[in-house]
This record gives sequence, C-alpha cells and structure tokens, in this order.
Amino acid sequence: MTLEVLYFAWLRERVGQPRETVTTDAATVRDLIAELRAQSEGHAAAFADMASLRCAVDQQLADLESPIGSAREIAFFPPMTGG
Amino acid sequence: MTARVQTAPFDLAAEMAGFGLRAGALVTFTGVVRDDTGLMAALEIEHYPGMTERALQDYGMQAAARFDLTDWRIIHRHGRIPVGDPIMMVATAARHRHAAFQGADYLMDWLKSRAPFWKREIATDGTATWVTAKSSDEDALNRW
Repeated sequence: MTLEVLYFAWLRERVGQPRETVTTDAATVRDLIAELRAQSEGHAAAFADMASLRCAVDQQLADLESPIGSAREIAFFPPMTGG
Repeated sequence: MTARVQTAPFDLAAEMAGFGLRAGALVTFTGVVRDDTGLMAALEIEHYPGMTERALQDYGMQAAARFDLTDWRIIHRHGRIPVGDPIMMVATAARHRHAAFQGADYLMDWLKSRAPFWKREIATDGTATWVTAKSSDEDALNRW
C-alpha cells in the first residue's frame, strides 16, 4: 500500500523533508518506523529517541503499536508544546 | 463554540463581543510570549494543518460536555510571534464560575500536551531552539 508520511518540528529537520510517499506492507506504526529508519542517516537520527516520538494515524493521535490498516497518512513528531 | 488556528493577532475584546450570551460566568485565558532571559526575540510555532483544527474542535466539545459549558472559543496562532504578543486564548461560558474556570483549565491542559503545535524559541542573535515538553504539563493532564 501507499502512504503519505509527514514529519514535524525537529523530526522534519532531521529527515530533511516535511513529507514523503512510501510504499510499505508494515502492519503497525512500529514496523513502519523500522523500514523508514533504514532509508537514510537522517531518518535514523529522527527515530533515534523513541521516548520522544509521538505519532498520528490519519490525524488521530496513536501509539506505536497501532495497526496501520487502511490509513492514508501517518505523521511523526516530538511531544507537543502548544498553549 | 469555535476553534481557530491563524497567523494573525487576535483582539480579545472583539472575540468576546456576543460570546456566551446569557451565561452567568465567563472566563478567558490569554497566553503571551514571555522572555525569561532577556535574550528572546520571538516564538515560531509550527502545527499540523488539518489535524490541529480537528483536535481543537474535539477538545472544545469534550470540555463543553464535561463542564456543561454554554459556549467556548479557542484561538491558537502559528508562525512567528514576537515577545509580548498573545499566542493563544481560550474562553468558556457556563452558568456558574466553577464550571467556567474548570473548563478553561481543562482546555489549557489539553492544548499544552495534546494539540499538534511545536514551539521554537528565536533568540535576538537569530539562533533557534526547539522547546521541550515539560513533564509537569503531562502530569497536569492526568488530573482530569
């Protein structure tokens, strides 16, 4: 399947781009991360600290064990600092 | 019962005109860019277009249901915001003050840690530093 993967804040800076289209058979978000990490040094750096990683599946906050299912958009970002 | 995400400043007085008509209690909170070190020029706020609007709407509706709010408003800015400028506001309206205060407090706790915004401090010398999330903000969320 084909997914849009989005990056925000310092994850975006480390990956070097705000979004990319990926083709994957990953079952969960964690599986997807394992594939993304192998893509470049920047990706590896972005996913180096899993404790500081948050994600959203189709714009809903999700955890790393969440199934990807038929999702179209997965976003990765650090803990949020709004307000 | 509205949530907005915008780059432009907002005018609290204008926002409150007609807000919470016939409520017994109105509470507003405004967050302002502060400079604790004397070295900061601005905040730069990034967000997740699409998800942000949806999340703010969801949190507003959750607060309304939980605290019986008769009206609520959330405005959060993004982009570059100079020191001294307002960043965001929440307003709540209810029959009584406890509900209005609690509704505003609840919304702030959710916005701090669960709305997809990321702040970067821009110093007067131009260097930029991402703000790290505080564990106290996460603890605050657990109160609810």
